[in-house]
Parts: sequence; C-alpha cells; structure tokens
Amino acid sequence: MRLTTKTRKNIGSVVYHLFVIALALFVFYPVMWLIASSFKSHSEIFTEAHSLIPSELRWENYVTGWKGFGRTTFATFFKNSFIITFASTFGQVASSALVAYGFARVNFTGKRFLFACMIMTMLIPGQVLMIPQYLLFNALGWVNSWRPLIVPSFFGVPFFIFLIMQFIRGIPYELDESAKIDGCGVYRIFFYIILPNIVPALITSTIFAFYWKWEDFLGPLLYLQSAELYPVSLALRLFSDPAAITDWGAMFAMSVASLIPVFILFVLFQKYLVEGISTTGLKG
Amino acid sequence: MEKNPSLAPAKPVPRKLRKGKKFKNRNNLAGYIFISPWLVGFLMFTIIPMLWSLYLSFTKYDILSSPRWVGLMNYETMFKYDYLFPQSLKVTFQYAFTAVPLRLLFALILALLLSQKRRGVGLYRTLFYVPSVFGGSIAVAVMWRQLFGVNGALNSILMALGVIEEGIGWLTGPNTAIWTLVALAVWQFGSPMLIFLAGLKQISFSLYEAAMIDGASSWQKLIYITLPMLSPIIFFNFLVQMINGFMMFTQALIITNGGPFNRTLMYVLYIYRKGFTDYSMGYASALAWIMLVIIGILTAIIFKTSSYWVFYETGEGK
Repeated sequence: MRLTTKTRKNIGSVVYHLFVIALALFVFYPVMWLIASSFKSHSEIFTEAHSLIPSELRWENYVTGWKGFGRTTFATFFKNSFIITFASTFGQVASSALVAYGFARVNFTGKRFLFACMIMTMLIPGQVLMIPQYLLFNALGWVNSWRPLIVPSFFGVPFFIFLIMQFIRGIPYELDESAKIDGCGVYRIFFYIILPNIVPALITSTIFAFYWKWEDFLGPLLYLQSAELYPVSLALRLFSDPAAITDWGAMFAMSVASLIPVFILFVLFQKYLVEGISTTGLKG
Repeated sequence: MEKNPSLAPAKPVPRKLRKGKKFKNRNNLAGYIFISPWLVGFLMFTIIPMLWSLYLSFTKYDILSSPRWVGLMNYETMFKYDYLFPQSLKVTFQYAFTAVPLRLLFALILALLLSQKRRGVGLYRTLFYVPSVFGGSIAVAVMWRQLFGVNGALNSILMALGVIEEGIGWLTGPNTAIWTLVALAVWQFGSPMLIFLAGLKQISFSLYEAAMIDGASSWQKLIYITLPMLSPIIFFNFLVQMINGFMMFTQALIITNGGPFNRTLMYVLYIYRKGFTDYSMGYASALAWIMLVIIGILTAIIFKTSSYWVFYETGEGK
C-alpha cells in the first residue's frame, strides 16, 4: 500500500515536470527561433523557416547587420542607446528617491493632497499626453535632440517614487529619531540614514528604468529625425524600410544583439526584479 | 530650534518645542524641497500639457499656423463622420478584452503550477519570465512579424505537420491579424505570473489544512480558497493591464501597422497618425481626451464592481 502511494507520487511528479517542460519549450520557441534565424543564410530563413538548428553557424549576418545604414553603424546606435538610457535612468532614480523621502518621512502642509495627485498620475498613460508634450518640446526647440528623452526623467517617476516609499516605510523610525537627537537635520538623515538603507529599492528601480528606456520606441520615434541620433530600438525598424530590400538575417542578428544587454541585466539582477514586481504588483 | 542643528550640542528637544510653528515651517520648506522635482515635473509635463491639449481639442491646429478655435467641431466630426474613430475604438476594446483576460488566465495557471513545492520550480519561474523581460522591445515585435509571416515559422510548422498545404497570411487576413497581437500579449504573461505567485505565498496554509480535514478536493480548494483569497490581486492586475492594453501602440505599428483594412488600428496608433502624419493636432488632442475619459470610466467601473468579486480578508468587501 505504501509502495503504491509512493509510485503514484513519482508518476505524478514525472507528469508534472514533463508538462511544465513542454510548456516551457512552447513558450521559449520564439526566442530560440530568433536566435537560430540570426545564424541562417537568407534562403534558409525561408526554406527551413521553423527549424531551430541552422545548417551552419554563420556570423555574416552579425557583420553585415553591424554595418548599419548609410554611414551610421550599430556601434553608433548602441552608443546612443547607452547614453540615453544611462542618463535617463540616473535621473529617474535619483529624483524619485528624493521625492519618495519627502513623501514618506517629512511632514508638510498639503502632503496628502499632493500624494493623491501623484497616485492619480500613475493611472494616466503617457500616450494620452504625447501631442501636447511634443508641442511643448517643439516650442522649446528640443525636437531632434535627446533632451525630450532625458530631461523629463529628472522630475521623478510616480511608479518608482511609490516603490521607494514602500521601502522607506520599512525603515524603523527610531533610526531617524536617534539621528535627530544627534543633531541631524532632514537632509543629513536622508543622505546618511535613509539612502544607505534603500539600496535594494534603488537597484530595483534602476533595472526597471533601464529596461523601459532601452525598449522605448515611441519617444525616439516622435523626437528623433536624424539617423545618427537613433537608439537601437528605432534603428531596428530601419531594416524594414519599404524602400529597400529587407536583409532578414541582418535584422534578426541585430535584434538578438539588442536583447543581450537586457538579458545580462536580467541574469545579474533577477532577484531584485522579481522582488520589485512582487512587492509593487506592477508590470515589468 | 537652532538655525544650524548639525553644529548644536546633542541635547534632546522637548516635545512641545518640536511641534512649534517654526519647526513646522522648516519642515514645510524641507518637504517641498524634496518633492520639488516631482512637483515641477507634474506641472510642466502633466498639468500644463493636459490643459493645453484640452484647449487644442477645440481648435484646428497644424503646428505651422497658430491654432484656430472651432468649438466642438472636432468632437462632432469624430462622432458623426469619422468612421475610423469607432473602428479604432472597436479594435482597441476587442484587443484589450481578449488579450488581458487571456494573459491573466495563463499567468494564473502557471502561477498555480509553479507554486507547488517541487524540485526546479525556481528555475521554471525564471524561464517563464524571460519572454516578458524582452517583452516590449522592437526586436520581439520584429520577430513576431516574421513568426506569423506567410513564409514564417508558424506556417512552416503547420505545413510540416500537414495541417495546411499553403501558407496562411496571418498578418494580412482581416480576421486573423488581431489575434497575432493578442498572442503576443498572452505570451508575455511573466509579470502577472510573478505577482500571482507572490500572492499565493500570502495565503495562510491553515485554510488549506482546514479544507483538507473537511475532505475538500483540489478543485474545491481552488474555487473556495485560492481564487477568493487571490481576488484582490487579480482585480488590481486586471485594472493595470487593462489600461496598458488600451495604450498598445508599438506592436501594432511594427507588426501589422494598423492593417489589414484597419482591423488592427489601435486607438493610440490612430492618435499618432492623426497627429504626426496628418498634422491634425487639434483633432488628435480631442481623440486623446476621449481616451482619457474612457480610461477614467473604466477605472471607476472596475473599482465600483470590485466589491462584488473581490474578497478582502477583513470581510468588508462583501
């Protein structure tokens, strides 16, 4: 009797793992297919469309893809992406940390109302504001520069403010109080007490900010006109320029290349990412 | 209080003094200094643009010449003459109301599978999240287009299996195009899955124990314990994902570009075209305001009805 329950349990476990692995393969197929296609020759991409194993590993697609368009290579596009993403990510996280501290620990008149305003803006999607914001940046003469993509980042992001606030709330008040007794003002408390204690929240915010900026397509599409300013996301679209014959292999190769930084970050920081999503309950 | 507290000798401040007016004032200043980045940005990049776009929605404006007041004409055109307005609304609703529930369902099933205490679930969890990491990137959109292309992998598989003899134009078929976009959304179920997993961990084991003693089946445990306990999280996700679903843009632009026959003309894509292809900034602003109103109504409905299907542990929900 004991044996049968045990075998039954084992069978159940095997079925479970087989099922989950089959599901994982199914879910993973598109990614593996993309990587495989980036090594295929032009004709193989179409004749053996579904196969996951290229007949031979060809790096040509990466070489031709990297050459880019006209005089702009993917070295430029990647450099642009990194500059925009780093500057914007720094701005988003630094400003959000300041604001989060203000809302979480300092008591000032009108706090409740302003906090409600901030939560409301979390629900207003940016796309609704794309027309007037474009007109604003156009009036400032910022179109066709990186400024519209970077400058607004320095004004706090409600989602990160909220995330960091949750974290600050977990820091015991006694720490603030004892620092106050030692003669620390609110500013010093922020830099010496709060900041060192919210590093995990800052890392989580950094990862999300990096992802969203790296993937951002609408912003560059609206504000950048000259190709030498393009980030990778916008450059990838140039492959499907209707005026030219699409080099699918090169397009796949550069698509894979564009995902590499994202993947590296994921591998290094997945713990923070998972925690960030789980605690705030927002999308990633 | 001292002007420069850092130099003051360390002595405790009496409570009464701390609540004094001067202290409050200084706190006010500090508070506003800390939140000033957000406050300035909120005015500059949200409130002023919103009011500006409300004004523009009553004008005709092509950027080159100054806005001309036309009253309600934009809204009238929208509701009476512009067939693309109802079309894009229909498409967007169709997309959001299929993609979001399916994605959440998929996420829930996987979360239930992966919440079991078994070997390797941590690894599985990571694996299933990977597609969502790549989620919104152009690379994935480009890939999706090829996957569903006439010469793409899906047709290739179906032909190899002998299901079809000739490639199907998934992206060009008026009835199939939108499903390729829905499929992409469902494929990125990673974030809701993680949130559900976190929620499942919160459910007290004693509830399941009690059910076990009562002889409840796994199915009954799912229906009477897991789902009700998880419902606040499901509700929250539904709301957030719904708004995201309505804002879908990039994938529609890259994968189907609104076609065929405007069957995938997502609302934001339509705003974009009106604004940046036709340069009808006034009309595009009016479209954006309608969207804002719809999102507001939707949010209100979801909140109002939530009490019927969301279970809060304190019991106030019912």
